[in-house]
Amino acid sequence: MTADIIKPDNRLSIEKSVPGRRAVKFKNILRAKETLPPYLARKNAPKLPELSEFDVVRHYTKLSKLNFSVDTHFYPLGSCTMKYNPRINEEAAALEGFANLHPLAHDNASQGTLEMLYDLERMLCALCGMDAFTLQPAAGAHSEFTGLLTAKAHFERLGQTGRTEIICPDSAHGTNPATAAMLGFTAVNIKSGPDGRVDPAGLKARLSGKTAVLMLTVPNTLGIFESRIEEITEAAHKAGALVYLDGANFNALIGLIKPGDLGVDIMHLNMHKTFSTPHGGGGPGAGAIGVRKHLEKFLPVPRVIKDGGAYKTDCARPCSIGKVKAFFGNTGVLTRAYAWLLMHSKKELEAVAENAILNANYIKSRLEAVYPAHSGERCMHECVLTPPAELTARGLKTLDIAKRLLDYGFHAPTIYFPLIVHEAIMIEPTETESKETMDSFVETMLKINDEGAADPQLLKDAPHTMPVKRLDEVQAARQPNLRW
Amino acid sequence: MFIPNTLKDREEMLKTIGVSSIKDLLRQVPGKYLYPAFDLPETSLDEQQTARRMKTLAAGNPPILSFLGAGAYERYIPAAVKALISRGEYLTAYTPYQAEASQGLLQTIYEYQSSVCALYAMDCANASMYDGASAFGEAVRAAARVTGRKKVLCQETLNPQYLRTLKTYFANSEEYRFVTVPHKDGLLDAEKLAGLLGADTACLAFQTPNFFGLPEDAPKLSELAHKAGALVVAAADPASLGLFTPPGEYGADFAVGEGQSLGLSLSYGGPYLGVFTCKKEYVRQMPGRIAGMTRDKDGRRGFVLTLQAREQHIRRDKAASNICSNEALCALSATIYLALLGPEGLKELGLANARAAAFAAERLAAVKGAALLFKAPFFNEFVLQVKSDATSLREKILAKERIDIGLPLKNFYQGLGPGALLVCATETKTEEDILRLQKALKENI
Repeated sequence: MTADIIKPDNRLSIEKSVPGRRAVKFKNILRAKETLPPYLARKNAPKLPELSEFDVVRHYTKLSKLNFSVDTHFYPLGSCTMKYNPRINEEAAALEGFANLHPLAHDNASQGTLEMLYDLERMLCALCGMDAFTLQPAAGAHSEFTGLLTAKAHFERLGQTGRTEIICPDSAHGTNPATAAMLGFTAVNIKSGPDGRVDPAGLKARLSGKTAVLMLTVPNTLGIFESRIEEITEAAHKAGALVYLDGANFNALIGLIKPGDLGVDIMHLNMHKTFSTPHGGGGPGAGAIGVRKHLEKFLPVPRVIKDGGAYKTDCARPCSIGKVKAFFGNTGVLTRAYAWLLMHSKKELEAVAENAILNANYIKSRLEAVYPAHSGERCMHECVLTPPAELTARGLKTLDIAKRLLDYGFHAPTIYFPLIVHEAIMIEPTETESKETMDSFVETMLKINDEGAADPQLLKDAPHTMPVKRLDEVQAARQPNLRW
Repeated sequence: MFIPNTLKDREEMLKTIGVSSIKDLLRQVPGKYLYPAFDLPETSLDEQQTARRMKTLAAGNPPILSFLGAGAYERYIPAAVKALISRGEYLTAYTPYQAEASQGLLQTIYEYQSSVCALYAMDCANASMYDGASAFGEAVRAAARVTGRKKVLCQETLNPQYLRTLKTYFANSEEYRFVTVPHKDGLLDAEKLAGLLGADTACLAFQTPNFFGLPEDAPKLSELAHKAGALVVAAADPASLGLFTPPGEYGADFAVGEGQSLGLSLSYGGPYLGVFTCKKEYVRQMPGRIAGMTRDKDGRRGFVLTLQAREQHIRRDKAASNICSNEALCALSATIYLALLGPEGLKELGLANARAAAFAAERLAAVKGAALLFKAPFFNEFVLQVKSDATSLREKILAKERIDIGLPLKNFYQGLGPGALLVCATETKTEEDILRLQKALKENI
């Protein structure tokens, strides 16, 4: 084989286009009187590729092969919970009864989906110790949006419109302050203590009659549990604020700890993390917001209710914040999450968190002698490490280690996050990875340290085996080329 | 259960860590919170039982002949779309943070952006948003940011779900004013619009075809808005764009749409696809992910996520939006769908829809006691006025014939009366389907 043949074909679909070539056709054109106004007729055909069906299938099959994915590679992306996505979930969501159901279908014709949604809400309430859940948000950030809007409605109803501040620790995901700002709140940043935890004294100094919500990620983005959570939530409540739990890291809590017990008023879950639905290359996800009883009336419409033996959608909610998307949530994703939950008893859910925590601690304890951990403590479901001093002394960075990992068939961990850790390497193995995979990852990380010490350039030039070498991101941003 | 660790593995791992039990790993958690009682089943289902339970639930949504539209449309999804998007390499990847190991996905996003730009005749697109309504909300937010103005004009015939989402996207704030431009015979009243436009108007935000299925005279509306210094935010059904003038050609500043029409199943409301496009001067106002083409060290073509300085993970509370994920797999469906249709297929799709609806309208208007409410041309849905109460008629026919005749409008537009019904027929409806509907209506009206 010549090099040209094995070189990946990176032509765009439009570059493979041949005028006149067709794939899908529509022959069911009924006979009726034309009514379309000629002055609105499209004159220039859109520049779309003209391909055969086989061209399309080959093009996108080939492109798929240029990707790392959970199915093909260990993907220890911290904070993203890249666990195995069971195939039964896909089969369930594709069932015609679910897939073909119109969002405005009559309740009488949607009893199956409504029962599923009702049951899923109930199970999430039990799992989290919350009083009510809505399944409408389309994603994690969208959940934060829904949750903070609920808080806003609550304070407006109380007449406490002076509560304009949302407190977020500096370790929080960027979505927390971004959501606060999007809703017109002021995001107040509080500094984490040296152990990555919220410092209750520092928090108390920032709490005031202006505080609407304290947003906490538990465990935090360093994979550490807020041990003084009781003191924290009590202080927030004493100031009249609500406590919001960002459930991005719920994989550490599921079946072990109920957020409701921690004094949380509003929380979100990411179905595409803990509940095993696929990440789809960036989405779709699905979110859920859980609240205490007194906040339920603010949740988005419609609510799914049970009335005798029948399930109904209820829109008559005068206090509701309204709608966060056109129709009910990402039901197709929720269907997958529900299937996964059915396959887990109480004990089995507990084992999810236990093994997620065990795996993270295993990787941490095997690597921390070479890759110093940010914290000497045990971690929960993920650990944050830093590059070996030996490598940084040679001018190597976390990015170089990450790129070299790709050469060995491992997706890199999350890097440079949380922002409060210099050169962070954030590793989340999840419960679905085996000891052999983790051992192999650990050995590779150790090998990369040796390689970097012996030949720093090898890492600086990495990756060597991917379809492309390191890409010029500066040029991409300076002269954006965003379409054909 | 998807946990590979055996008891032996667990023991070895605990030993390596230097603890004797999982509980030793949990010392940082106050003991009173650990292992609480849960009101959850003690037993779980195996895969076969789960499959059965899911099938039983799915059967609770019986197959019906449905003429519902109103923002979500029954479409034929080509088998190749489903086959390709179920490939694990796409399905189980995540946001392409490591570009070198995600070239396939990044290229598909670039192709998606290109395809929707071509479809809407716009300069730039992002990598997608949650749905049409959230894209619409974000576009109006961007228009308000750009102009610094606080008044938003919306057409009365905007999908009511979009209007509610829009208000939510402005945090139900009273700082912004949403003013409704009334319709005249189903179409936005241009005279009234001219009177409402002013130096305080951020944008005119409308959809076409509108909620009643009628294509607006978008070029004229756009011209009026621009004359007043307002921006134009247009929501257009992508399935209509093989036939109709695309937003870019009438100068829309932001153009959005519900991408569900492009190869996605209805799935009771999601996951869908928010198409978001804009003129190039507003590229840095776009929310969400954007992929761009660049070169690698050897000069080879490659793709990366770009212009990230707009985004929440960099800008935090100064970001254009809080959005983090996109709907990449849905965007991939749309990309493949558009590649399979090509320009000709897209035109055929539009025609198949327009003709199905026109045929349905002819037949239904011939039923005694039913008439079309508006005279204006429509795309794939129209408002039918029936002499009886549309809500009870719908329930009656649903129970008797397993046909959903469409969406009664009285909850959304009280002025139209109890007989107004929004009926939709897409390319999935055959002559027989429509004759069945006609018969059911005739016998039950």
